[in-house]
Amino acid sequence: MAEDPRQPVEEEQVSEQAPTSPPVLTALLLENFSDSVVSHHTNFGDETVVIKREGLLDLFRFLKDDPRCRFDLMIDLTAADYLPREPRFEVVVHLKSIVLHHRLRVKIPLATDEAELDTISGLWVAADWYERECWDMYGIVFKGHPNLRRLLLYDEFEGHPLRKDYDYYLQQPLVPMRKIRERHDYEHKVITPEGPKPLPS
Amino acid sequence: MGMKQNAATSFITTKLDAVINWSRKFSLFQFPFVTACCGMEYMAVYGAHYDGARFGAEIPRFSPRQADLLFVVGTVNHKLAPVLKRVYEQMAEPKWVVAFGACAASGGFYQNYAVVQGIDRIIPVDIYIAGCPPRPEAVLDGLVELQRLIQDEGPKGITGINPRQTKDELLLSRS
Repeated sequence: MAEDPRQPVEEEQVSEQAPTSPPVLTALLLENFSDSVVSHHTNFGDETVVIKREGLLDLFRFLKDDPRCRFDLMIDLTAADYLPREPRFEVVVHLKSIVLHHRLRVKIPLATDEAELDTISGLWVAADWYERECWDMYGIVFKGHPNLRRLLLYDEFEGHPLRKDYDYYLQQPLVPMRKIRERHDYEHKVITPEGPKPLPS
Repeated sequence: MGMKQNAATSFITTKLDAVINWSRKFSLFQFPFVTACCGMEYMAVYGAHYDGARFGAEIPRFSPRQADLLFVVGTVNHKLAPVLKRVYEQMAEPKWVVAFGACAASGGFYQNYAVVQGIDRIIPVDIYIAGCPPRPEAVLDGLVELQRLIQDEGPKGITGINPRQTKDELLLSRS
């Protein structure tokens, strides 16, 4: 007689049936780039490594060319701002191997005053516009990028809007704004750590 | 005697403004400045089911030189603002502007570095259509409201009142 599938799963059963795939790629990187890897973790079978920005090009080249890695597709490159944590920024790169069907997430922490790292657009051409967007939104410099200009915003824009210290309500219009009857008082204010203050005109 | 009869039945007296405005309000050539998801509702309005052609606003013109009604349909951001302003300036007088949907009317739920907080900060607007996106019925209501506005245009308005000044009062009285 078959067991009732609705019966509550016992605890020891759970621990048995949750096998995590061994972190093969992490082990590979620890073996070859033990100086670069700061930390690593695995979640739901997906591996993440946090690396130093020094010598990252060698590491990425290894990930692309080594027969055990063969990451031929760069899925995503973006950044996160963890103000007021230091190191403040974190550049996140998602890689996938179409041939070997595995993924890897690489994170590169960056301090506030040294928010720059080597470009990987030489390895994956797809990284070109991602890096431009990253520069546009976060002001992270990709050294050696062939054309590091703003991608989405206009050239007259000052600052980088996705940084946490960018004034939330600040607008930088290109054409003069007409005077209209104001709808909300708060549109004229910028919320700062010290409290609301008027918009710079 | 016969002449008197003819006079009673063969002409009517009116103001020239009334005739011109009447012809204008039923021949609105629109320029659809479509930037976002509101465009789907705009298409629905001019599809067969809701049929905006019933109101004489039938043919979209994709050149501002040939249009007299600017439909701003969707979000306008600061990068696009100079384009919208230029399109408006290229339209020949008389011209009217409809802010279609929440984003065009007020910026909608975008209040950030990128989005213009209502196109009336760049160009004058005659009709605001609320909704995110507006129902086609709301769009048709706005269109009829615009026609009423056009019919009343003139030095003092055909009815002796300036519709642009009393718009708020009219809206209040209707609610």
